[in-house]
Amino acid sequence: MMKTIQNIGITIFLVGFGIFAALPFLGNFKLDEKNFEELITNQGIKSEIFIQDLKSKIVGKDFSGITSLAPIVETTINDANKVHSKNKEWGKKVYAGSDDFATAIRKKSGYGFIPENKGLMWFLTFGLGIIGALMFILPQVVTLGKKGIKNDHIYHQSSTNKGWIAWLVFIFLVSFYLVLYFKSEYAVNWTYLVDPISQSLSGNLAGHWFVYGFMYCVVMTVMAIRMYIKYRHNMYQIVRTTSVLFFQIVFAFLIPEIMVRLQLSYSKGYDFKNAFPLDYDFFFSWNLKELISSGGLGLFILVWGILLTVVIVPVMVYFFGKRWYCSWVCGCGGLAETLGDPYRQHSSKSLFSWKVERWLIHGVLLFALVMTGFTLYGFFAETGTVLGIKVQSIMNTYSFLIGAIFAGVIGTGFYPIFGNRVWCRFGCPLAAYLGFVQRFKSRFRITTNGGQCISCGNCSTYCEQGIDVRAYAQKGENIVRSSCVGCGVCSAVCPRGVLKLENGPEEGRINPTEVLLGNDVDLMELVNKK
Amino acid sequence: MEHIVIIGNGISGVTAARHIRKLSDKKITIISTETDYFFSRTALMYVYMGHMKFEHTQPYENWFWKKNRIDLVKGYVKTIDHKNNILKIENSTDIVYDKLIIATGSKPNKFGWPGQDLGGVQGLYSKQDLDTLEKNAPNKEVCKRAVIVGGGLIGIEMAEMLRSRDIPVTFLVRESSFWNGVLPSGESQMINEHILEHHIDLRLETNLVEILADENGNAKAIVTDKGDTIKCSVVGLTAGVSPNINFLKDSGIELGRGVKVNRLLETNIPNIYAIGDCAEQHQAIGNRRPIEAVWYTGRMMGETLAQTICGNPTEYKPGHWFNSAKFLDLEYQTYGWVFSERSKSEEEKHFHWRHAKEKICVTIAYHKDTKAFLGINTFGIRMRHNIFDRWLTENKSIEYVLEYLKDAHFDPEFYAHYEKEILAKYNHENGTNITPKKKSWKRIFATSKARA
Repeated sequence: MMKTIQNIGITIFLVGFGIFAALPFLGNFKLDEKNFEELITNQGIKSEIFIQDLKSKIVGKDFSGITSLAPIVETTINDANKVHSKNKEWGKKVYAGSDDFATAIRKKSGYGFIPENKGLMWFLTFGLGIIGALMFILPQVVTLGKKGIKNDHIYHQSSTNKGWIAWLVFIFLVSFYLVLYFKSEYAVNWTYLVDPISQSLSGNLAGHWFVYGFMYCVVMTVMAIRMYIKYRHNMYQIVRTTSVLFFQIVFAFLIPEIMVRLQLSYSKGYDFKNAFPLDYDFFFSWNLKELISSGGLGLFILVWGILLTVVIVPVMVYFFGKRWYCSWVCGCGGLAETLGDPYRQHSSKSLFSWKVERWLIHGVLLFALVMTGFTLYGFFAETGTVLGIKVQSIMNTYSFLIGAIFAGVIGTGFYPIFGNRVWCRFGCPLAAYLGFVQRFKSRFRITTNGGQCISCGNCSTYCEQGIDVRAYAQKGENIVRSSCVGCGVCSAVCPRGVLKLENGPEEGRINPTEVLLGNDVDLMELVNKK
Repeated sequence: MEHIVIIGNGISGVTAARHIRKLSDKKITIISTETDYFFSRTALMYVYMGHMKFEHTQPYENWFWKKNRIDLVKGYVKTIDHKNNILKIENSTDIVYDKLIIATGSKPNKFGWPGQDLGGVQGLYSKQDLDTLEKNAPNKEVCKRAVIVGGGLIGIEMAEMLRSRDIPVTFLVRESSFWNGVLPSGESQMINEHILEHHIDLRLETNLVEILADENGNAKAIVTDKGDTIKCSVVGLTAGVSPNINFLKDSGIELGRGVKVNRLLETNIPNIYAIGDCAEQHQAIGNRRPIEAVWYTGRMMGETLAQTICGNPTEYKPGHWFNSAKFLDLEYQTYGWVFSERSKSEEEKHFHWRHAKEKICVTIAYHKDTKAFLGINTFGIRMRHNIFDRWLTENKSIEYVLEYLKDAHFDPEFYAHYEKEILAKYNHENGTNITPKKKSWKRIFATSKARA
């Protein structure tokens, strides 16, 4: 019975998912003259050559979803700019990006079934996806049996054991992020589905980042329900999941949209929980200028952003460990702990990975700090070039390599293969910073319960951060590691009640033990005296 | 350079090797016929259930042994020539040792049941047993029913494993209630209920008479002493384990049920030691059994013997008894001694509390006259080892333990606390008026400081 419901659920989900995945290649686009003029005005284009050329290539012509407009725009831009450079008409040069421009054209010019049936299309994609997923997830209340740790068959199933399903998910996720970051014109059909929601929130039509934000919340909510069922015996997991869901939906999604709706002076919306250096462009010149010129609210955000990173974050890490951010508040962590939970076992526990981790994550932190140094210097010295290096090119490199490729494509796309915390473990500069505080000045630790460990390895296997928890537990040592995000799953899966996440006095937090508790005191004194 | 040879790469032998390496530069060789590398035997069930892969049960990466200059030899020791310090290895060259550590662990008990060596009949102890089970019971189509004989820790683990693949399981338990030779009745009863919740066909006070063979020499059914014949293709023999010492029969090493050792873990032959499941103390230590087939005692013996071998003769002195287990979804911890009704002395009195709805309970044993705290069993509540260790050392009373129970609470954050309810019941039964003290980090850490 339950199995049947689940199978129907999977089918419904796959239909919704299939339509969603097909959308980028469907539909038709035809730009009329009025919209074209509007577009040119919005983009602030002054080049007649470009306008004439593009008009002749695009206006009034029918394009199918599969044709990319970006190459057409790009050649048009290049041709126009060549002439303007030659004529030294610097003011007329076109600086718009061809991908963004192509996306804007598509958004304005889509016609036919999809943009005309937004509600229905939403239901056929998101709606079916949600219904199908819930039909698969909710019966687990029964199918998982009595409450407790239910990790049966994780290493027998294709989806969670790097089988073909996992590889398909991997391909989809990577493609999805590549579209979002680099080929957003293909995301335009998705934006139609959520236009009504975007309009009801901010008053604007949806862009592809709104699609992403909305989808993020939907996926987290559905997968949070899965967490609630799977860990229904574990209050820590339930409270933590609720927290991370709340901060995603309210802070990352709703508040920024509402800020836009209210037409506040700081017009683009702000995620109040997103701390620098994860929020790597906070100190970019354009952002600082915008903040400073946005009156009281802008200044408040500026002060808040600095306070968050310099005071709030480290003080909270002192009291609670970096978990308060990484697995209770952060959006990246939120996705990892919900959508990524089925993949947590794939993080490598080898010593080699730990070495790679330390080089990479601290390298990214250094990169972020150096870049910020450059941008701040450039901002105060009012120059675009520092030490002979163009600040913009550093910013672009970071945005591309770290912001897009590492955090997005690899960070989430690789969930099914490398585990759910690839970004948090190897790349996040904020995690690196919090890690220092957690390692050297914090009350947080995972206490090992005397000599109860049987070295079974569940804790290490299910540590999403790739910490070899067992290596500490079997020696009776507490776990104090900079990378621990305090998800609490090691403690949950332990069959012998060995591990407890807790905040206590700093003294005695790190407890190297020569001999485990259980041996007679004489022996321990003997060994410790040596 | 002195050559230390260890037979067996389980927790005892490997711990001994690691600590000898920490303390000295001696040449160390571990011989095992079971696996190439050390793994955690207790985790085999999770491999079958798909929680882990076999490699996850290995606590050390494969490079660890070479880096620490611990030579691993895969081979079966046929005989020990202790006059010449030589080990005869099957199909391989002899190994000469200076000191020999026997750490060969256990093997599943077989009590001479007819049919006990048929195909499909197996224990669950070694990596080979796991592989066999994977072959015998890959799914419910191949294995239409399994019968497990023996109501102990391995039996219930094997039942859980098979149930994870929806294989119907009949569980024969000799006692009138699960594990009631060890657990007080309230707890034993709770586990009975939990076993049934997991759709395991629990047959109490039922013994195996014989296993019937099919035409291919595989088990096809079992017959119980109640006269029932139960069709099955897998029979799990889990009626305890005994020391794996057959190869020592004529070695001249003194044997009882296990290898006889003194408190220094020395056998009757100089330079030969035995540790772990296969070692048998001449005199039981405290309330402990002479043979302790427990994970952590193997580890402690390994640590202790490493001291002795490295020039610091040290007696094996296990501290206060503790242990833990998991029965399906129920976590169990014990600190100190709580005996079952069948084995407890007249002085031992129990206070038992059980949650009204959840499968959570606590039993505290205390001296009926002095009220001295003797031990605690908890189900569904985790407790802090070092706190109970200290309370036992300091000979606290049951009332002290109850008053400060919050210090010992070790469940994850946000879990419900039951101290109030537990105390209410105790107060009601004993006409006392104890109120729970708030958790104090100062008191909790006093313990570890005293320890450090």
